Amino acid sequence: MSRSERNAAIVGVYEFPSRDVDGEMSALQIKAACASAALADAGLAWSDVDALYDASEAAPMSGLMIAEYFGLSPSVIDTTAVGGSAFEFQAAHARNAILAGKCKVALLTYGSTAHSNATAIGVGGRGFGGLTPAENMESFVGQTLVANYAMVARRHMHMYGTTSEQLAEIATATRYHAMRNPNAVQAMQDLEFIDIRETTTDDVVNSRMIADPLHLLDCCMISDGGGAVVIASADVAQQCAQKPVWILGSGEATRYPANGGDITTSAGAQSAPVAFAEAGITPAEIDVAMIYDSFSITVLALLEDLGFCAKGEGGDYAAGGRLRFDQPGGPALNTDGGGLSSNHPGMRGIFLLIEAARQLRGQSTAQVSSAKLAVAHGNGGMLGSRHSAGTIILGGD
Amino acid sequence: MVANNTDKPAPVTRPLPSLSEPDTAGFWQATKDQCFRYQQCSNCDTVIWHPRAHCTGCTNGRLEWRESAGLGEVYTFSVVRQSYHPFFRNKVPYAIVYVDLDEGLRLLTNMVGVEDPLEDVKIGMRVKLHWEVHDELSIPLVEPVKD
Repeated sequence: MSRSERNAAIVGVYEFPSRDVDGEMSALQIKAACASAALADAGLAWSDVDALYDASEAAPMSGLMIAEYFGLSPSVIDTTAVGGSAFEFQAAHARNAILAGKCKVALLTYGSTAHSNATAIGVGGRGFGGLTPAENMESFVGQTLVANYAMVARRHMHMYGTTSEQLAEIATATRYHAMRNPNAVQAMQDLEFIDIRETTTDDVVNSRMIADPLHLLDCCMISDGGGAVVIASADVAQQCAQKPVWILGSGEATRYPANGGDITTSAGAQSAPVAFAEAGITPAEIDVAMIYDSFSITVLALLEDLGFCAKGEGGDYAAGGRLRFDQPGGPALNTDGGGLSSNHPGMRGIFLLIEAARQLRGQSTAQVSSAKLAVAHGNGGMLGSRHSAGTIILGGD
Repeated sequence: MVANNTDKPAPVTRPLPSLSEPDTAGFWQATKDQCFRYQQCSNCDTVIWHPRAHCTGCTNGRLEWRESAGLGEVYTFSVVRQSYHPFFRNKVPYAIVYVDLDEGLRLLTNMVGVEDPLEDVKIGMRVKLHWEVHDELSIPLVEPVKD
């Protein structure tokens, strides 16, 4: 079978509607609820699932427990855990397993109660669990997650003259989309955002500085939440309840601090060309860009690394409104409202796949007319140091 | 897992590195004498940072410790305005910097010796090591090189 054929598709999606479960649900319960709903969306049953993907975000060593929890007997088990981009990696692996004939229906789930747990992801302590050699060289510094990303922004400004106002364009475009998504508006209300409305660049640059040069409104929210994605083989996909959203290409990479390296270039510069080449398309053909917006700078650097503009030109590219769903000249960015204004429980990657699928089905609240092609790009870990990149190219039926 | 000791509050100090983490112990042990060591492979000349036991440039590497002169320049930085960490929350605003030391390695550390971190830290500025002394080791911070 040729990889260019349409042989694996997203057939079911579900995004948990609440961003604040008020301690009433566990992350595992959110995962199971989302899995049921995504299977129902596809018109499939639990018993159809023969491949299970899990990032162990809700339980350790989940490859041993999640099948039992769901009551499944999968013949493919994959616990790829690379931070927030895990779901793009898993989608690629699911397609590969389907292509190899190892399975027909793959289930990816995510659940988190980061908000209920009052997890200070952005400004608290930070680590990956155990003491790695790299962490033993860094933990004395007091680097918050926000400051890690801010160091990328500062270098980008120094190299290319990028401004805070240009970064703010990312946040205002995303908020523009969020205000059209009732679940995003509810999320901002539940998380006690003040003055919930479409924002201006002045609003962003005048919001309080968290870690120079990133302001409060350059940063994503910390919510509860979850989601699920069902990926199926072509023969199954043709029988499902929804129009299939085909996986056309994928790329994976990691990047880490290198002596003399360029901090403004992410692992996406390695993963994206592979994905676009496999899909046989160019960034200019993309209608919808779902790009992990942990911070405004993440998107700006990734617009460059994905090839929408040259390295250093992200500031000019983001300005002027071309990233809004109803404006020409560029892809629609994060049309659900993104992590900045709709949903970020810590690992946002699954929502990139979900909203891209909604767009290619014609079901978004900020629908791009006749959207045909989308990219979902996840960035896991920390952009300013060690991180992972998963790029998925999706095409409508 | 670290057991919670409820008998006494933990002292609020800078989080200090482990002296027993196998790859990096050799670096931290030398800091007690305010010596900044890094590794270079005598087989392929690769400069290794962070410290580790194997060469990433060749498969038959022989890593040797070298001493840095402790001079470099700021590659990028951020000034932290908000932290919930029990030690660092009282230090804001403070500057985090990536410093390219002249020997070719990139160090993540804090800038000290500036009156106002919001105004006085710049990309490209020359810096030198400033040791913060503790009982069993010293922490390599940086400060501006005065003209």
